[in-house]
Amino acid sequence: MLAFLVQRISQAVLVMFVISVIAFAIQDGLGDPLQEMVGMSVSMEEREALREELGLNDSMVVQYLRFAGKAIQGDLGNSYFYGKPTLTVIAEHLPATLELVIGASLIIMLLSVPIGVYAAIRPQAWLAKFFMGVSTVGISIPVFLTAIVLIQIYSIGITVEWFPVDSGWGQWLNGALSTDGGMPSYGRGDDLKHLFGTWNSGFFSELGLMHLVLPCVSLASIMLPLFIRLIRAEMMEVLQSDYIRYARAKGLSSARINFLHALKNTMLPVITVGGVQVGVMVAYTILTETVFQWPGVGLMFLEAITRSDIPLIVAYLMVVGLIFVITNTLVDLVYGLVNPTVKLTGKKA
Amino acid sequence: MTTATLSRWNRFRESFLWYSFKRDKVAIASFIVLLLMVFAAVFAPLFAPTNPYDLAQIDIMNSELPPVGMSGADPAFPLGTDAQGRDMLSTILYGTRVSLLIGFGAVVLQAVLGILFGLLAGYMGGKVDSILMRIADVQLSFSTLMVAIIVGAVFKASFGNLMFGEIAIYMLIFIIGVAEWPQIARTVRASVLAEKKKEYVDAAKVMGFRTNRIMFRHILPNTLSPIFVIATVQIANAIISEAALSFLGLGMPETQPSLGSLIKSGFDYIQSGSWWITLIPGLVLVVLVLVINLLGDWLRDVMNPRLYKG
Repeated sequence: MLAFLVQRISQAVLVMFVISVIAFAIQDGLGDPLQEMVGMSVSMEEREALREELGLNDSMVVQYLRFAGKAIQGDLGNSYFYGKPTLTVIAEHLPATLELVIGASLIIMLLSVPIGVYAAIRPQAWLAKFFMGVSTVGISIPVFLTAIVLIQIYSIGITVEWFPVDSGWGQWLNGALSTDGGMPSYGRGDDLKHLFGTWNSGFFSELGLMHLVLPCVSLASIMLPLFIRLIRAEMMEVLQSDYIRYARAKGLSSARINFLHALKNTMLPVITVGGVQVGVMVAYTILTETVFQWPGVGLMFLEAITRSDIPLIVAYLMVVGLIFVITNTLVDLVYGLVNPTVKLTGKKA
Repeated sequence: MTTATLSRWNRFRESFLWYSFKRDKVAIASFIVLLLMVFAAVFAPLFAPTNPYDLAQIDIMNSELPPVGMSGADPAFPLGTDAQGRDMLSTILYGTRVSLLIGFGAVVLQAVLGILFGLLAGYMGGKVDSILMRIADVQLSFSTLMVAIIVGAVFKASFGNLMFGEIAIYMLIFIIGVAEWPQIARTVRASVLAEKKKEYVDAAKVMGFRTNRIMFRHILPNTLSPIFVIATVQIANAIISEAALSFLGLGMPETQPSLGSLIKSGFDYIQSGSWWITLIPGLVLVVLVLVINLLGDWLRDVMNPRLYKG
């Protein structure tokens, strides 16, 4: 176990090193810090002196070491736009993104497990087929499109004129589609409760929760089909195995077999995939936050790109990289702990 | 020559692939829809009423006209017009062409990289294998979309808006191709590992063939069917990735729109009630991706020997 731990952690450190090199290369390759600092009137000699003083004439290795040393101490430079340390800016935006991810994960967990299990137990039922059909369609709809459709229906409302408005069909359709003044589709609302540090939460007020609904549903919509299909496939495979047949032969109730014995082994691969999906989720938060103008790190990153705020771009990469590396390492470790068949040392089979 | 093609056609007609295709209504319907869309997109200049790239044909007075069936519609613009007065039907046809081009291009690039690295990793084994697969693992754990967004952002920041717009098609093919190669590389590697234990490889080695020849002429043809399956799904993924990048403003410019940038340009006007600018290209995108995914599902079911036997 210790060897496994050491191997995984050293791998995580290596990946983080590569990320920092990439981040450093981006910082170095994009733009000249001197141009950001001095005006046109500064002479070449003064520029050269400043260059020497800032250490820009040192070798790349020395510059990288300086960058990495500062990064380890939590100093990733100041944002050009906000005029504050980049990590402070990220800390201010992170809670909004975390709440979005937490809300979406809750929806995914509460829906995917029952639906996936049901579809595995009764694969021929029309409801199960309906769920599988919907999730195939769901995988093909990009997250930003779901978000736009949700805004259109629940926030703006649609008036359809294909039927005469007074007719029964027209009234029914427009009644179903129009929810005027409906759900908020912009930002997090004004009623945020301060929790601690930079965390202002929207979970504890009606307005805050209302603002969370559409973004969370959008973000969940893209991952939900994936999890339903995964849980169904895993569960069906487990239900074929010998120990389940034995449990049936022994006369255990089917509820006990399905939910205690089978579900336990189904959730194992789901943990791994779920952990890996955190990375995918971060990418999708950028899209979701853009549509809903959600003031999280994704929107901040996108704005940093349009403003060429290079220190903030680099800091975002480092922070997101760190989050990925930590979650992946944790998932590996947890999987190694719960699944004894994983070879703890050496290569994967 | 004639007999050769005829026998090939007969072989195809007697194959399991054709047999299961004939019996699968979903696959037939998806294939027909895909064929129609590809046809309409490739020959967009023939079908489209106007050329959306030609500024002379656009009149700003026609902007934001609704599609036919709603009050205020103009029959000259069956799907309405966008905020710049471009005919939606024409822009969608041209946009589908751009999206398909980027999708296919990105998958060709992925396939080249994936097959090369997958073959090397699987056949060479050892250090080459572990280094290549580590890179693939790390890249996949970051999610391909994230990698694509970051690479796109860096390119955009270093080239500047105007320059990026001009070479956007090539950039997007490059970005998506490079971001998604691990998917194909993993599949190729897995089948190479199974193939290289077989006797024909040993025979080829004994006959003294060079490694390159064994890898590309002997092993590669036997790994083609899983590559074919995953490449189909990857086209759908690439089209979605392209749409996502364009929606974030890291893709095609509005003057040369893909389906993604059409959706983005419509989204800016969604609060004014012009839903068709966003939702019609959105629907086309979803149908396109859905039929490719359905065909991919069908191919996987047919070509996966484990499922076939079970």
